[in-house]
Amino acid sequence: MTAKDAVEQAYRDHWSRLLALLVTRLRRFDVAEDGLQDAFLAAARTWPHQGVPANPAAWLLTAAHRRALDRIRREDNDRRRLPLLVTDLIAEDVVPPDPDPDAIVDERLRLLFACCHPALSPDARAALMLRFGAGLKTAEIARLFLVPESTMAARLTRAKAKMALAGIPLRRPAAEDLPPRLSVMVKVVYLLFAEGYRATSGPELQRPELAAEAIRLGYLLGELLRGDDEILALLALMILQHARRDARIDGEGRLVLLADQDRTKWHHDEIDRGLELVRGLGPASGDYHLQALIAAEHSTSGVTDWPRIAGLYAELERRTGSPVVRLNRAVAIAEAGAPQEALIVLDNLDEALPTNHLVPTVRAELLSRLGRRAEAVAAFDAALLLVRTDAERAHLERRRADQA
Amino acid sequence: MEYALLIYGDEKVWASRDEEQGRDNNVRHERFAGMLARRDAMRGGKQLALASSATTLRHSDGDVSITDGPFAETAEVFGGFYLIEAADLDAAIALAKELPEGVVEIRPIVPMAESGS
Repeated sequence: MTAKDAVEQAYRDHWSRLLALLVTRLRRFDVAEDGLQDAFLAAARTWPHQGVPANPAAWLLTAAHRRALDRIRREDNDRRRLPLLVTDLIAEDVVPPDPDPDAIVDERLRLLFACCHPALSPDARAALMLRFGAGLKTAEIARLFLVPESTMAARLTRAKAKMALAGIPLRRPAAEDLPPRLSVMVKVVYLLFAEGYRATSGPELQRPELAAEAIRLGYLLGELLRGDDEILALLALMILQHARRDARIDGEGRLVLLADQDRTKWHHDEIDRGLELVRGLGPASGDYHLQALIAAEHSTSGVTDWPRIAGLYAELERRTGSPVVRLNRAVAIAEAGAPQEALIVLDNLDEALPTNHLVPTVRAELLSRLGRRAEAVAAFDAALLLVRTDAERAHLERRRADQA
Repeated sequence: MEYALLIYGDEKVWASRDEEQGRDNNVRHERFAGMLARRDAMRGGKQLALASSATTLRHSDGDVSITDGPFAETAEVFGGFYLIEAADLDAAIALAKELPEGVVEIRPIVPMAESGS
């Protein structure tokens, strides 16, 4: 391996961990980041001549720490901030990397809890998680968020300034605050994934690279939180959904429904991993767990157990009260062989989801299946008023014509 | 760190309190202030008179205009504040949760050495 490769590998393997160590010790995001950047530049300059050090992480940490302190000394000419920061640091110019894996886990978690603090905006939390959890560069995050790099740089700077000025702590939340804070952290990952799975902006229907980053964060949190069922359930859910990415879009860039997907395009190794995670979960408890169980049911190679899926949706609807979940439950009930009952479940959904064309679409298909053709045509007309993509409009028009 | 806890609310509700409700409110605030004092977190605080008593002064182009009323006419108005000492934002939030008011904005105070020009 060349020295250049060694620097790149050190970046991949150690950047996030080293940053967590530096931030928790210096209590300054900006200085820690800049110091670490300086250290990697120094490594790229010196390793080719002096050779790759025996312990690259220790070398980088020492170099980054020294450079970060230099920066603090330079900016604090009048030393106003020094008493706060450096009393325990000035003396230890050489910091060995912490050998205790528990301490590393703790430092990384503290950093991520700070990134997901409820006092930060949801956008800022997601960007900070990608920066400090996934270790992406600003330009990469900007690409994922479909904004110019300068916009993302400003957003990150603003978020880091808020963290420092508002006094967002770098520590584990108090025991009584832990469950809601964990939920916020898991939600950040979920929202990143959801945007990747079904994009709400940009020209693409799905953005697999964003979904893949969310899964990486899910793995990281699963590792750091050791067996927290909520994050493991979300991880399973994400893996199972993401495994179908190549089958979800057809040759013309249109979304393909589950029943019509080419299963040979599913990533079966990933599905196996997701199913294994689902089996390892405790008794069904949270929303992500129920969704993971539904995704697992859809991923099995045998006959889909629609009554079970309808039951899981019923439980999810009871917990969330979500009209979208209710719509899915109606479809599952119909697939389980009870279209009449499904029609009743659809009642009142038009008020809850007045702009969603899927409500009249599902109703139309159910009426068609029951042979109530005139009513089905009326429902297709209602759906055509709401549908937004050309592909779906064409499909609805074909289905409407079929009723004649 | 020092934080200001800024209290906002519907002044109509405040203004329509009868004597007993006013006393209850005072008791709640005395309790809160006592809790702060016991934790050595109390650094000050005041209740403001109703916004209708406010006078607003504006400098522009060397002129000074003086108008009746608060700076912004909004449904929810600034009604009072506490200054507290807390280790960090989480500690400040924990204290602010005890404050018996509907909306509380938490603002860090700029340290004295840095607040000068």
